[in-house]
Amino acid sequence: MSNTDKASITSRTASITKATDLPKPTRKTHKGLNISEEQLLELYESMYLQRRFEERSMQMYQKGKFGGFLHLYIGQEAVSTGSGFALNQDDDFITAYRDHGHGLVKGITPNEAMAELFGKKDGCSRGKGGSMHYFKPEKHFWGGHGIVGAHLPLAAGIAFANKYQENDRVTICFFGDGAVDQGALNESFNLAQLWKLPVIYVVENNGYSMGTAVHRHSAGKLADRAYPYGMKYDVVNGMDLFSVIDKVSEVAERVRETKEPYFLEVVTYRYRGHSMSDPANYRTKEELEEYKKIDPIERLKTYILDKKLASEKDLEAINEKVEEVVLEAVEFAENSDFPDEKELYQDVYADDDFPYLT
Amino acid sequence: MAQKQFREVIREAIREEMERDENVFIMGEEVAEYNGAYKATQGLLDQFGDKRVLDTPISELGFAGLGVGAAMNGLRPIVEFMTFNFALVGVDQIINNAAKIRYMSGGQVKIPIVFRGPNASAGQLGATHSTSFESFYAHFPGLITIHPSEPYDAKGLLKAAIRDDNPVIFLESEQMYGWKQEVPDEEYLLPIGKAKVKREGKDVTVVADGKMYHVAKKAAEELAKDGVEVELIDPRTIKPFDMKTVIESVKKTNRCVVVDESHPFGGVAAEVGFQIQRDAFDYLDAPVQRVTIPDVPAPFSRKLFDAWIPGPKQVIDAVNTVTYRK
Repeated sequence: MSNTDKASITSRTASITKATDLPKPTRKTHKGLNISEEQLLELYESMYLQRRFEERSMQMYQKGKFGGFLHLYIGQEAVSTGSGFALNQDDDFITAYRDHGHGLVKGITPNEAMAELFGKKDGCSRGKGGSMHYFKPEKHFWGGHGIVGAHLPLAAGIAFANKYQENDRVTICFFGDGAVDQGALNESFNLAQLWKLPVIYVVENNGYSMGTAVHRHSAGKLADRAYPYGMKYDVVNGMDLFSVIDKVSEVAERVRETKEPYFLEVVTYRYRGHSMSDPANYRTKEELEEYKKIDPIERLKTYILDKKLASEKDLEAINEKVEEVVLEAVEFAENSDFPDEKELYQDVYADDDFPYLT
Repeated sequence: MAQKQFREVIREAIREEMERDENVFIMGEEVAEYNGAYKATQGLLDQFGDKRVLDTPISELGFAGLGVGAAMNGLRPIVEFMTFNFALVGVDQIINNAAKIRYMSGGQVKIPIVFRGPNASAGQLGATHSTSFESFYAHFPGLITIHPSEPYDAKGLLKAAIRDDNPVIFLESEQMYGWKQEVPDEEYLLPIGKAKVKREGKDVTVVADGKMYHVAKKAAEELAKDGVEVELIDPRTIKPFDMKTVIESVKKTNRCVVVDESHPFGGVAAEVGFQIQRDAFDYLDAPVQRVTIPDVPAPFSRKLFDAWIPGPKQVIDAVNTVTYRK
């Protein structure tokens, strides 16, 4: 790379939030956040599982075990994990296509998740959705959506139904910084605030909408999009699990009580390219390294060890357990059958005898 | 039985279903306080309140998608579009979300939603306000598409649509809201996907949906004076299409004209024509003909408009072609 090229990359990426400039993490300890030591280890396990699951997925993809798109969440695990912890089990999750982490947090098993990547019948969407379209509504996980921003109105609708049925559930809707530019965001924000819907919109600002840096695709600050609608909003450090838990807990309580929406900008970073075909030439190695220095999993590990809440050996045992779970998931996916060909014509309509055109 | 307007039966169907199931609600532009742009929802706000009858902003993408989300999570929304021409700005929500989420989730998510409102041309409204969408929506798997021509069918089919667990596109007509027909006072439902032979005849089968049914009916009346007996079939539902009824009729008459307000390419008429040549080829005494909107947008000028919208004359010409009378 020539010096000119380097200079131009630096200038183009200059406005991404530097790792060192992230919002200050919360000062609260696990005790301050009402996280028990046991829960703390569970949170560590959950984040580590999401990471190892995806690293294995990547390996399987590269081995040609399955095709399609594969968008990895690696680096952003504190957001899914912290949100899952802060909310109730029956609160509703919906997200975009980078959905493996959120799905695992909401109760899609690693076996179901891996089998879906392989397109097998035991997958969480019976092999019909693939990587981008994980579903598990019985666990309040409403997908996995492939069109940027298109699930934001769905989140408003899920929240609308909860309010209509007076069931006290809160909906949380995740999307990337690219979705902020869609009309769907603005229409959803307007309706959610106008009709006072209990929904938390979370933009996971990882700096890039595919390869376009945030300052090149979005005018103004992302969080400010809520302002004209009179919607409450805030910005939080997404590389720190405790900060996410702290903020989402506070927001959830408020949303549950007021039945009004909230917009949260979570600043985070994805380590891999947009998808498997993306070498991420639009950013510098230095930038990636800066973020890896504040890796959310390493950060939690350091916290646990510093506070002597568990030993190095204890964490190693968790890692080994996760490793096994993930390898088992791969084996499960390999051994699961492909859907029967007759499945092609099932689940399109509610009726089993729909007269399809031939 | 009383004579009832199209708009009245739409309202009755919605009211009856809202009384029956409290998870049914309706939203759309001007449906509540304004009582409906075409008065199809008149009085519903007073009866059911603003929890279940909601005025939306002019935000088709937003409220169409909100409806889909609400349907995923247990409700049965009726989404009114002031016209289906306006639904185009929200069509991603219908095609990608309403129609596909059941499939993509392996059948785990049910989306019982009705998108309804006026469809097709209503006079000199220009190109953006005159499109007929039955062929467009019927193209996409996952959607039911209903295109009734008369109040009796509309009421029974709309009630069935609201109870259906699939997303349904229910196409009305701005021009027909005032049209009347005898409609029973007692409750009834009609099966989705069943055509109706509305006039029996031995000489030629004419298939015509929506507003074009009335054009074809006028043509059939004229032709009868001339001794040509048309068998007139109203498919009522476009997806699934009751091809069986059409094929049976063609096997009897050996000739067919399809009349539809879509553009010709890949439209209802194209599909029906293809099915007939495949399944009743040996019975045909003439190639199937079609009468559709031409392959151009709607013009404004009266003279051009009259040339654009099919009338009884075009249907008569097509019948004359398949009967070799000219």
